[in-house]
Amino acid sequence: MESAHVDDIKKSVRKYIMVFAALMALTVITVAISYLHLGVKAAIAVAMVVATIKGTLVATYFMHLIDERKAIYWTLILTVIFFIVLMVLPVSMHLDRLVQ
Amino acid sequence: MNIPYTSSARPDTGLYNAKLGIWMFLASEVMLFGALFSTYVLLRVNASVWPHGYEFLNIPLATINTVILISSSVTMVMSWAALMMKQFTKYKLYMGLTILCALAFLVIKYFEYSHEFVEGRFPDTNTYLAIYFTMTGLHGLHILGGIVVNAYLWGPGSKMWQTDPVRFTNRVEVAGLYWHFVDLVWIFLFPVLYLL
Repeated sequence: MESAHVDDIKKSVRKYIMVFAALMALTVITVAISYLHLGVKAAIAVAMVVATIKGTLVATYFMHLIDERKAIYWTLILTVIFFIVLMVLPVSMHLDRLVQ
Repeated sequence: MNIPYTSSARPDTGLYNAKLGIWMFLASEVMLFGALFSTYVLLRVNASVWPHGYEFLNIPLATINTVILISSSVTMVMSWAALMMKQFTKYKLYMGLTILCALAFLVIKYFEYSHEFVEGRFPDTNTYLAIYFTMTGLHGLHILGGIVVNAYLWGPGSKMWQTDPVRFTNRVEVAGLYWHFVDLVWIFLFPVLYLL
């Protein structure tokens, strides 16, 4: 965004406001769904999907990942791989126990 | 000593140094919070009984805090956009609002914590509360750190706008990236600790 012109920034500001509205709507949805008292697995799945959409909106637009350099994408790809390993490890240990 | 690439981009990365630096730092932060989320999963899947936060935590207050933090993320990015459009007064307004939102978040968190303590719920009460206080406490410290940096950029640090506006705008962008990350962490903390 270093060489962005004023018109581009004005367009971005409109996007920020739209993203803000979407984030507010998704927050309301997150809380509303929690009052439906779905089963644990369904509740976790829905909450994580909504949170992931919200997180993606923040990262894509507010953190400008939609328009970034390769060095940052590579850094993040590596981070995501290690993060997935971190999250899968405890679940796989639990599956092991279930098999036994 | 002249620090290179504070305003212009390095030819090899295409980025000014602080931007790559903050992303490296955020990558380490992902692993820090990732380790705690991983611990949460490990504790929860192995627990015979798991207390549900929504049975005793204040959901309306936490929802208000979520709205406040998302709003602060928008005001933060608007403060950077204002600088890009050379509107320094608007920058001061949006950055000021960001700091106020952050302070409001901490005040609400203080009332939440106070209520838990009055009710006799402490980090050593059970495993759920241990991970709840650890994760929200660490997140709260990040909010505090963000307030310090943003307050500097709003106050004494903003003098740089007169001498080196590009470098100052970059500083605000870097602080913003950190702030959005703190918001992003809360987006996951809120459902995980309060609603599930």
